[in-house]
Amino acid sequence: MIQIINLNKSFGDNHVLKNMNLNIEDGITTVVIGRSGCGKSVLLKHIIGILKPDSGQVIVDGQDVSKLSAKELNKLRLNFGMIFQGAALFDSLTVYENVGFNLIEHTDLDSQTIARRVKESMALVGLKGIEDLRPAELSGGMKKRVGLARAICMSPKLILYDEPTTGVDPILADAINDLIKDLHDKLKVTSIVVTHDMVSAYKVGDKISMLYDGKIIETSAPEKIKNTTNPVVKQFITGAAEGPITSRETNE
Amino acid sequence: MNHNITKTIGMRFQNLFLYIGGATLLFIKTLLVAFTPPLKVRHILQQMRKTGVDSLPIVFLTSLFTGMVLALQSAYQMQRISAQIYIASLVALSITRELGPVLTGLVVAGRVGASITAELGTMKVTEQIDALETLAANPVKYLVVPRFLALLIMLPLLTLYADCIGIFGGYIVGVFKLNLSPSIYMNMTTNPLQLKDVFTGLFKSGVFAIIISIIGCHEGFRTTGGAEGVGRSTTSSVVIAFILIIAADCFFTALFYFIGR
Repeated sequence: MIQIINLNKSFGDNHVLKNMNLNIEDGITTVVIGRSGCGKSVLLKHIIGILKPDSGQVIVDGQDVSKLSAKELNKLRLNFGMIFQGAALFDSLTVYENVGFNLIEHTDLDSQTIARRVKESMALVGLKGIEDLRPAELSGGMKKRVGLARAICMSPKLILYDEPTTGVDPILADAINDLIKDLHDKLKVTSIVVTHDMVSAYKVGDKISMLYDGKIIETSAPEKIKNTTNPVVKQFITGAAEGPITSRETNE
Repeated sequence: MNHNITKTIGMRFQNLFLYIGGATLLFIKTLLVAFTPPLKVRHILQQMRKTGVDSLPIVFLTSLFTGMVLALQSAYQMQRISAQIYIASLVALSITRELGPVLTGLVVAGRVGASITAELGTMKVTEQIDALETLAANPVKYLVVPRFLALLIMLPLLTLYADCIGIFGGYIVGVFKLNLSPSIYMNMTTNPLQLKDVFTGLFKSGVFAIIISIIGCHEGFRTTGGAEGVGRSTTSSVVIAFILIIAADCFFTALFYFIGR
């Protein structure tokens, strides 16, 4: 269970998260939707402790993430996997070293076991035979898959996805959605998906929360959110150019 | 109007102090984790090759030509007072005490400092540094320490190498152009040279290594704004390292001068 309580974060004059509250239940996939730049990635980075809140708390399994020591935080992070928007693979390492990074760095496993687990993770995302390539030699979709394989290599309890379908073609996007669902079913993990792609949100989400103006303005199941009465949510999920979101931006 | 000027000046100072604070903090963090196991020996060796061995050709050329130019320039003056044999001593002392460490420092700041910032800056803007953190790896331990230790070992060695090549450059001019006898040239090189001269130079090069690695990494870590941002940080990394190297050189030369008196 992850609780986000009155979270505030500013970058200079830009107040991104304003007293934000959100509960994330174990074992389900929560999708956070919102416009680009509304603070969705910032939210994920608070959960995994890369960013520290200006005020408020992020409680993961009863622990306040921002109060943990570096050592405790690293221990917690070994239970997390995060997939970045641009995959964020390490250019200087091979695909094998990228996927097995955690196993090589943080465990005493012998190289055969590591090789086996890397192979398993890669098989889960539908990849094989590219272990010796460098990230620069991969296509965008492959990079995303390798990033996913890296995140699941330590069998995490929580997977955070930052815009998993952005920048890939619709067919691949659907394949990634299937992958997220598959991983969720096979590994029984809690997932948080941050996206502005509604197709993806409906497909993978058990719950959808909309982040707007630094706060969560609605949380409901995918089929319920389609019939929302909130005009802001309605504009976003239908993708209308006219509505309360855009008229507010024009006034600003 | 006045209010705006004060505000701008205030902001500049605030940024300056934030920068100094950030770099100092990174230096302290680096020292704290540098010697805690596990030492990443493979990474350190890799960086030693990149920063040290790969810099040998450019250090060779700069110090050879500097030694030659130094001999030629001093010959111009010394010939007037018939004191050509002192050219050897002048070259040896200037190279070991001053030009060897400073020129090597500047060349390495341009070559290695820039590449450190460009590499870490690219990692920063493509979220690779965030990814490192999410994989429970400390970016300072993983990225800064190997570069810091590699430079701290390799820059003094490169300086020693530059000293030898610089003196050799002077020797070529002295013996083949100015017709000084090789044995006299070697004598006049080694006689006035004390171990102290070489060591002060090496000490300075150690300080330069700290400057280059810490500024290079700090600039890399604070990069924002894509490819343009990487270019900007790389430029400021080299500029700031150059200024700090020359300032530190001035400071330590003065310090050694007063201590040595």
